[in-house]
Amino acid sequence: MKKLINNPDNIVDEMLNSMVLAHPEYVKRVDGCDVLVRAGGSKGKVALVSGGGSGHEPAHGGYVGKGMLDAAVAGAMFTSPTPDQVYEAIKACDGGEGVLLVIKNYTGDVMNFEMAAEMASDEGIRVEQVIVNDDVAVENSTWTTGRRGIAGTIFVHKCAGAAAEAGKNLDEVKAVAEKVIANVRSMGMAVAPCTVPSAGKPSFELAEDEVEIGMGIHGEPGTHREKIRSAEDTTNHLLDKILAEGIYNKGDKVAVMVNGLGGTPLQELYVCNKAVAERLEKEGITIAKTFVGNFMTSIDMEGYSVSLLKLDAELEGYVNAQADTPAFKML
Amino acid sequence: MASKIYDCIACIGNAIIENKDFLTDLDREIGDADHGVNMARGFTEVLAAIPQDETDLGVVLKKVGMTLLSKVGGASGPLYGTAYMKAAGVVAGKTEVTLEDGKAMFEAVIGGIQMRGKAVKGEKTMLDALIPAQEAYNAAVDGGDDAVTALTKAVEAAKEGVEFTKTIAATKGRASYLGERSIGHQDPGATSATITLECIRDFIAG
Repeated sequence: MKKLINNPDNIVDEMLNSMVLAHPEYVKRVDGCDVLVRAGGSKGKVALVSGGGSGHEPAHGGYVGKGMLDAAVAGAMFTSPTPDQVYEAIKACDGGEGVLLVIKNYTGDVMNFEMAAEMASDEGIRVEQVIVNDDVAVENSTWTTGRRGIAGTIFVHKCAGAAAEAGKNLDEVKAVAEKVIANVRSMGMAVAPCTVPSAGKPSFELAEDEVEIGMGIHGEPGTHREKIRSAEDTTNHLLDKILAEGIYNKGDKVAVMVNGLGGTPLQELYVCNKAVAERLEKEGITIAKTFVGNFMTSIDMEGYSVSLLKLDAELEGYVNAQADTPAFKML
Repeated sequence: MASKIYDCIACIGNAIIENKDFLTDLDREIGDADHGVNMARGFTEVLAAIPQDETDLGVVLKKVGMTLLSKVGGASGPLYGTAYMKAAGVVAGKTEVTLEDGKAMFEAVIGGIQMRGKAVKGEKTMLDALIPAQEAYNAAVDGGDDAVTALTKAVEAAKEGVEFTKTIAATKGRASYLGERSIGHQDPGATSATITLECIRDFIAG
């Protein structure tokens, strides 16, 4: 393992402190906690709190700022933050209008955030939650853990964040978040595995010419492995799965996110995006907005995911609304 | 001198820490390769946090639960944290555990884990070790066995439960993403739960 680190155990702490050093106009750290909140506070509006294991940067600390999150909780690498940390985040940004928790659908995240919500509710803070489950690589089922939350989560931050910024109340902001969750689907693939620094070795192995389709953002298994194909063929395969959901039809308008997993160059992401644009044109689906970049990474994993969000007038407005955070700016 | 409950927790903690790599390797097969790392981090904190001379079982077990809850993260933190806090509730104010207390602790611990994790037996989780262990323990106590014998039967049942997890597909937790491909691998959570029971048995057996 070759990594630019000092000590694997200190990465999260050093990163959070450094984000404050780099972006003091945006974020500050809650004393003694792995929580970033807006430097200027969040008074007078519904607060959005998200978070999860570290290793997905810029998620989630990079999205703390105007038009997106009010607080981000960072767990250990790929490990959900603990209830006391989430609770501190809720307390730090509740301005009296209530708090919406945006949780990615993983067993640990859901349990830890729910326990924090119970603790905060006991103190009279109004807390609601939504669970993002956009990954179509996982079979959906009500009696299993269900689909994972991946890059589509950024659209929830963006739209619910814009609604909160516009002064909507907690129920309205939650409804926007739920509308996004109902209309966003994603699927990813890995070209090469990631290495968790404390483990020191890759989390799985792929042969030189092999890729894993449907890979999760912590290296969870996908649907299958196959020989690597062209960017166009691979992108079309991911889109086949997403379009098979039946949500996106001819005449619909969508926002697209082509998300890098951390180790794939931007040029390849643009090559993949071209395939998305061409396919959606062929399907008669209009792209209203495209985001290409590293939004929800998996440390140094090579690969990408594609997300589609179906837009109505309300969501289109929120997708295009102003946002100003360390990692996401729309002016 | 350290209290007996401190020594018992230290026995569990040290066993979890010794098995850090083993548990992490099991988790790498079907999860996200952090069960041992997270549990070892939690118990290192536990051993530093709990008072060595406190004899109130409820106080010590609650501290163990709160520490695991705030230091482990993932799914194991809330599940083990809840388990120890539920056990604490049964023995609050007590300095000794009777055979009947043991029954009540199994009941509270399993109930707490089911409430938090929304899982049932047969989903390839720690419950697949704990529920058979509970059944074996209760039957042994009802049959007149002493604590060491009853706990030995519980440990044997838990170990069989761990073996059983190799034969089934996961429907809860990260291993559920593997579906049928999780068959053949033993569940890390069932394994750490069994290690815990073994430590309690060994400690009581002296």
